[in-house]
Amino acid sequence: MSVSDWLLFLLVRSLSLASLPGSIPFSSLQVQPQPDAKMCDQTFLAITFGPCDSCGLNKPLMNIYLKNEPINYCSLCVELMACQGLATGETIHTLKAESESLKTKLEEERAKLHDVELHQVAEKVEALGQFVMKTRRTLKGHGNKVLCMDWCRDKRRIVSSSQDGKVIVWDAYTTNKEHAVTMPCTWVMACAYAPSGCAVACGGLDNKCSVYPLSLDKNENLSAKKKSVAMHTNYLSSCSFTNSDMQILTSSGDGTCALWDVESGQLLQSFHGHSADVLSLNLAPSETGNTFVSGGCDKKANVWDMRSGQNVQSFETHESDINSVKYYPSGDAFATGSDDATCRLYDLRADREVAIYSKESIIFGASSVDFSLSGRLLFAGYNDYTINVWDVLKGTRVAILFGHENRVSTVRVSPDGTAFCSGSWDNTLRSHSQVGCSSGKWWRWRLNGS
Amino acid sequence: MSGSSNIVAMKKIVQQLRFEANINRVKVSQAAAELQQFCIQNALQDPLLTGVSSSTNPFRTQKAFSCSCDISAGEKTKKTTAMMCN
Repeated sequence: MSVSDWLLFLLVRSLSLASLPGSIPFSSLQVQPQPDAKMCDQTFLAITFGPCDSCGLNKPLMNIYLKNEPINYCSLCVELMACQGLATGETIHTLKAESESLKTKLEEERAKLHDVELHQVAEKVEALGQFVMKTRRTLKGHGNKVLCMDWCRDKRRIVSSSQDGKVIVWDAYTTNKEHAVTMPCTWVMACAYAPSGCAVACGGLDNKCSVYPLSLDKNENLSAKKKSVAMHTNYLSSCSFTNSDMQILTSSGDGTCALWDVESGQLLQSFHGHSADVLSLNLAPSETGNTFVSGGCDKKANVWDMRSGQNVQSFETHESDINSVKYYPSGDAFATGSDDATCRLYDLRADREVAIYSKESIIFGASSVDFSLSGRLLFAGYNDYTINVWDVLKGTRVAILFGHENRVSTVRVSPDGTAFCSGSWDNTLRSHSQVGCSSGKWWRWRLNGS
Repeated sequence: MSGSSNIVAMKKIVQQLRFEANINRVKVSQAAAELQQFCIQNALQDPLLTGVSSSTNPFRTQKAFSCSCDISAGEKTKKTTAMMCN
């Protein structure tokens, strides 16, 4: 079909549309109370009605992003633009062929640099001594499954959220509950502590991320000061403050991640690229710049540039949903935990997977992963109620922790690295630390033969 | 119309793949060596790796030491029992 035929077809279509009797009150379809509020989504195509930026007619508009600029075109103008975008000779077939050849080229480039495995490089490193971890505290108080938790930077407070909609702030040393909030929704899958320690953010099935400022007055109703920051079109799976209390990064079941300004609730940047629910995200450690990694049900882990919204790297080697992603402390690599019962380490500079942490005896998915401070240990919580501790360099398991009576949903190491806390569907959180050995000689490191 | 949105989607995929194919990569041996270097440099500052002694561990059990030990058996036995109870 030539371009002129195509234009003729569109002209005929536009004439037939113009003859429709009456006009549907699209304002009734608006989901937002404010007409110009932004929503981050991938599922709705037309949510506003107004003048098209291109042809000027009042029509249902498609809100699309071109080079990260938001554009409001009517659907006709979007199609015209799509046709203009095709260079001569490009059809869907040539594009498909090019994408296949690029994918093969990508694989070849990655394979060229795969000269050795991580555990081979780490053969000279001294093996870890015997690990004895002890459960130090059990935090009881949630009435239902604990879904998420986060540490405060003061290394002693913890915020946790559960299926029944309760969000509780605990003092991990004394196990006292300091604050409790009841969210208007159930399945609060995400919670995060603000860097200042003065607020917590949480969200879940309400498709929103809300920030609650914490006050010293125990009697104050925290729900009164609640601020709704993020709006997605599907459940909120994960949220995290950036280096300040002013911005929040969220990921959602609608397949997108988004960066929001807390004060105004404005969408600062959105990240499109996943083709299914995004389940987890993690910001790079602050020394290494403005990137974050996200993992989702499309089995992909994507690394994003926060300023441009560009997907800079993508990894797809897992065989099932990625439940959790976490950066290595140096920021040069990240680990993932997945429903395929493996955890994997991806190096960002080598642009490939460099280690797999799996055993034939482990058949349940890993729901959450975290590194110890040096990055030598990887703690992973599994759906078989256990936590496995892996030696990151050698790829072997060094310890299993039992104790939870249902699947472990979240595992986080404290900011000073003295303990890690796990939350579970058995309604409890437990903090664990390494039992010290007074003689100390087993922890003195030497590279054998160097 | 699904035809043109498919084309737009395909173009995006091709552009993304072109971008990804052109990034600079290093060899796995070098990347792995640097990961290992970081681990070793920070190993001593990692309390979960080296363990913390009970006196400095903020998570130690705070209840009073109540364990029936044979005091008459001497200092050495008492010290061992204390370590075990922590």
